[in-house]
Amino acid sequence: MYRIPEQNLDRLFSLTAEKSKLYIPADTAAGTAQFMPWKEGLKLTDAHNTVRSAKDFFFPQTENLVGFRVEGKSIEVIDVREETEDFVVFGVRACDVRSFSILDKVFLADPVDTYYKNRREHGTILSLACNMPEETCFCGTFGIDCAAPGGDVQMWQTDGWFYLEPLTEKGNAYIDTVSSLLEECGGEAAAECRRAIDAVKKKLPLAGLTTEGFGGDKMAELFDSEKWGELAEACLGCGTCTFVCPTCQCYDIRDFNTGHGISRFRCWDSCMYSDFTKMSAGQPRLTQLERFRQRFMHKLVYFPANNDGEFGCVGCGRCLSKCPISMNIVKVMKNLTEGDQ
Amino acid sequence: MQEIMKKRASELLLDGTVSRVIGWKAGDFVYDITPAVFESAEEIEKDFVYTAFCGANLSKYLVKESKKPGKTLVFLKPCDSYSFAQLVKEHRVNRDSVYAVAVECRGKADVDKIRDCGVKGICGISEENGTLTVDTVYGDKTLPLSEVMLEKCASCKTRKHAVYDELLGEEGEEVADCDRFGKVRELESMTPEERYEFWRGELSRCIRCNACRNVCPACTCEKCVFDNDNSGIAQKAAADSFEENMFHIIRAFHVAGRCTDCGECTRVCPQKIPLHLLNRKFIKDINELYGDYQAGADPDTRPPLTDFRTTDAEPSIVYRRGEK
Amino acid sequence: MNNETLIPQIVTVADVRIDTPDVKTFRVLTPDGKKPFLHKPGQCAMLSVPGVGEAMFSITSSPTNTEYMEFSIKKCGCLTNWLHALEVGQQLTIRGPYGNGFPVDTELKGKDLLFIAGGIGLAPLRSVINYCRHYRDRYGSIDIVYGSRSKDDLVDYQEIISEWCGTEGVNVHLTIDREQEGWDGHVGFVPNYVKELNPDVSKTVLMCGPPIMIKFTLAGLKELGFKETQVYTTMELRMKCGVGKCGRCNIGNKYVCKDGPVFRFDQLDELPDEY
Repeated sequence: MYRIPEQNLDRLFSLTAEKSKLYIPADTAAGTAQFMPWKEGLKLTDAHNTVRSAKDFFFPQTENLVGFRVEGKSIEVIDVREETEDFVVFGVRACDVRSFSILDKVFLADPVDTYYKNRREHGTILSLACNMPEETCFCGTFGIDCAAPGGDVQMWQTDGWFYLEPLTEKGNAYIDTVSSLLEECGGEAAAECRRAIDAVKKKLPLAGLTTEGFGGDKMAELFDSEKWGELAEACLGCGTCTFVCPTCQCYDIRDFNTGHGISRFRCWDSCMYSDFTKMSAGQPRLTQLERFRQRFMHKLVYFPANNDGEFGCVGCGRCLSKCPISMNIVKVMKNLTEGDQ
Repeated sequence: MQEIMKKRASELLLDGTVSRVIGWKAGDFVYDITPAVFESAEEIEKDFVYTAFCGANLSKYLVKESKKPGKTLVFLKPCDSYSFAQLVKEHRVNRDSVYAVAVECRGKADVDKIRDCGVKGICGISEENGTLTVDTVYGDKTLPLSEVMLEKCASCKTRKHAVYDELLGEEGEEVADCDRFGKVRELESMTPEERYEFWRGELSRCIRCNACRNVCPACTCEKCVFDNDNSGIAQKAAADSFEENMFHIIRAFHVAGRCTDCGECTRVCPQKIPLHLLNRKFIKDINELYGDYQAGADPDTRPPLTDFRTTDAEPSIVYRRGEK
Repeated sequence: MNNETLIPQIVTVADVRIDTPDVKTFRVLTPDGKKPFLHKPGQCAMLSVPGVGEAMFSITSSPTNTEYMEFSIKKCGCLTNWLHALEVGQQLTIRGPYGNGFPVDTELKGKDLLFIAGGIGLAPLRSVINYCRHYRDRYGSIDIVYGSRSKDDLVDYQEIISEWCGTEGVNVHLTIDREQEGWDGHVGFVPNYVKELNPDVSKTVLMCGPPIMIKFTLAGLKELGFKETQVYTTMELRMKCGVGKCGRCNIGNKYVCKDGPVFRFDQLDELPDEY
């Protein structure tokens, strides 16, 4: 275990940024928190979490996949991939850290998505324990401990100090690069901080939410539930939940004529959109009910069915605070299992 | 107010005047209210709420619900009633199948603004005489409602309804000291470069979730140009920053003259982009060029942008490029 | 560096055959004149015209064809309209192969096979039919029931008449929806024709066609005593990546691009009815 006083945080950022790109959660002019490249004077946000999740680092909203030069009848393929630079992300919450392992199960499964893998290999994750979780937090439901957030280095902020514990080789390497600012210490203060967080966790309003009633073996009964109609009724069919979600990873591939050639890019897509499954030949999900159901079935049933029971949600609470009509996965889970024992 | 509304909705459902009620449904934390369709007095009794967090404008749901058999009751706050009137005017909603109940409103709260005051872990909120008491995981806090109102309520133009079949509570007045164009004037006084920087900064946060479009009562196209692959400009994400701007600018143009300034776009934006400013700029320009006009205020007048008169001002003459 | 599945290779259209008023068959080769990659019968590939779009098509040529690859494509959308307008020599991009294909080397081996196709639904089956004709001794009898709206809409008509009909142990049963001048074959819809033919219930069925044909034919087969475990079909849903990651072609937890497109009906039965 290592530690650094809070007042030296800027020096830590500065030293980190000398070696590689550094991102920290900070406030935008509008007061929304988001991960930003650190520069002199940028301060850590007071907000509990960022509006956009940390998935952007590995799976950006838009990225060029490949280019084409088209001349007459002939086409030339242009590989536009570049090796990613090393980067460090400071202050990732436990929920987002877990989301990476969920994304890994999709993008690193055979055949490997090399765009994702490239970024994943170059990123070092410094996680930060949640001293003051929000009422919308329910990571505990999915077995995530916000008091021990994981990643390459896990951190606690308490009594004017940041405590750092490296967990991986990448984490050790990071500690080496900034060791001149750190002092070695025992684990008591971090352990005390964990105990304090554990006490807070019990008081969270969603502490009692369980995954009972969900999972890969519940496909037929949940799909056929009569409650989807009522749940999806007010859904606007926007993509807010999808785009703020750290585990939503569906994407679209589109071509863009740059005027100098064709750029084929990938961008986030949402199963909530009406054209998501629309083909020239037909549309299997005709109304918002089917689209809405797909999103939640994917996280609560299909994903665990394909991934040894792991759910596709990390309980970060972003959809709870951002859905324009305040419909979200917690309401869906509660409603679907209402009356069950 | 909530109890009066529940009682009236139940009566109208029970006596068969209406077949369904569009209202607001309670959530888990007081502030997370969901628009909902209620079809029985039992459902109303169980879940219907009308609180300081019922900011959602229910009028757009009528596009779908008013096509169902029987009458649909909708509760409309003053600003919502303008959206409703505009939807009727545009033949998106059949007036005869709607039973519009006007409800009084003194402004709705924005939970994000409560959070911006440093309040974390909100478990419950109660309102009494304009004061919110917030019960959190980390202790109680009190806040004046006036300081945490939704933007649309902080700049409320009127508390008087445009149209209704029945009024519950007291009808309000126009807000005399409303200065909803203040920020627009501020933007107008900037240099083009400053203004460009301002909008680039704001719009760069856009995640193209389409919440603003999908919630907008003026956005009722069956197939939006941005969803139509055949349009050639269908986009789910910006391929470059130019497109990021264009989505919002095209949308603002398309609702110009029809936007009632209901403020839903800004309310729902997950990235807090002040989208209402684009619409208000158009409203202000229209007012200045063609005389004061409020979309949705009445069922008959033709909107200035679809009503050509030989006396119409030529915008490029009125505003010389770059000066204003 | 190029082991990324989303980056396609180039192929040149070497031949375009007009099959029906709205179906053309495209023969593609790599720029140096080779078959782009190996595949199994029933697998698919992503074809694209940069700037127009990319879509999944089943590979209609047989894996036993070592010289080239063919796709029979019906004109029905933006990309397919473009493809129908192209000339020989045009280059396209291709990536694949994708999907599971029909279990020709396992479950189908030694079985009497009954192919049932409607319209463009013959395209994915043609690959299997020609594969089974090539390895004729590995399979029992082969019956092919194929129907379309009219004689002019029968895809691969020339090949059916000149090659399939002459293969030992292969019986072809053609039908068209309505009477037509110059047609002395069977007239009637595929589901009814299958019932009339009253095939032996020991056969294994491979079926592809419009959803309405599949629905009624499956019901008819069940009436005849066939079990869902004996009937295979191949599915089509919207796809973007082809490798089970972009998230749109799922039926329940199965991705058509990766776990399909070939499913047995008992497997589909376990999945939500959303296709």
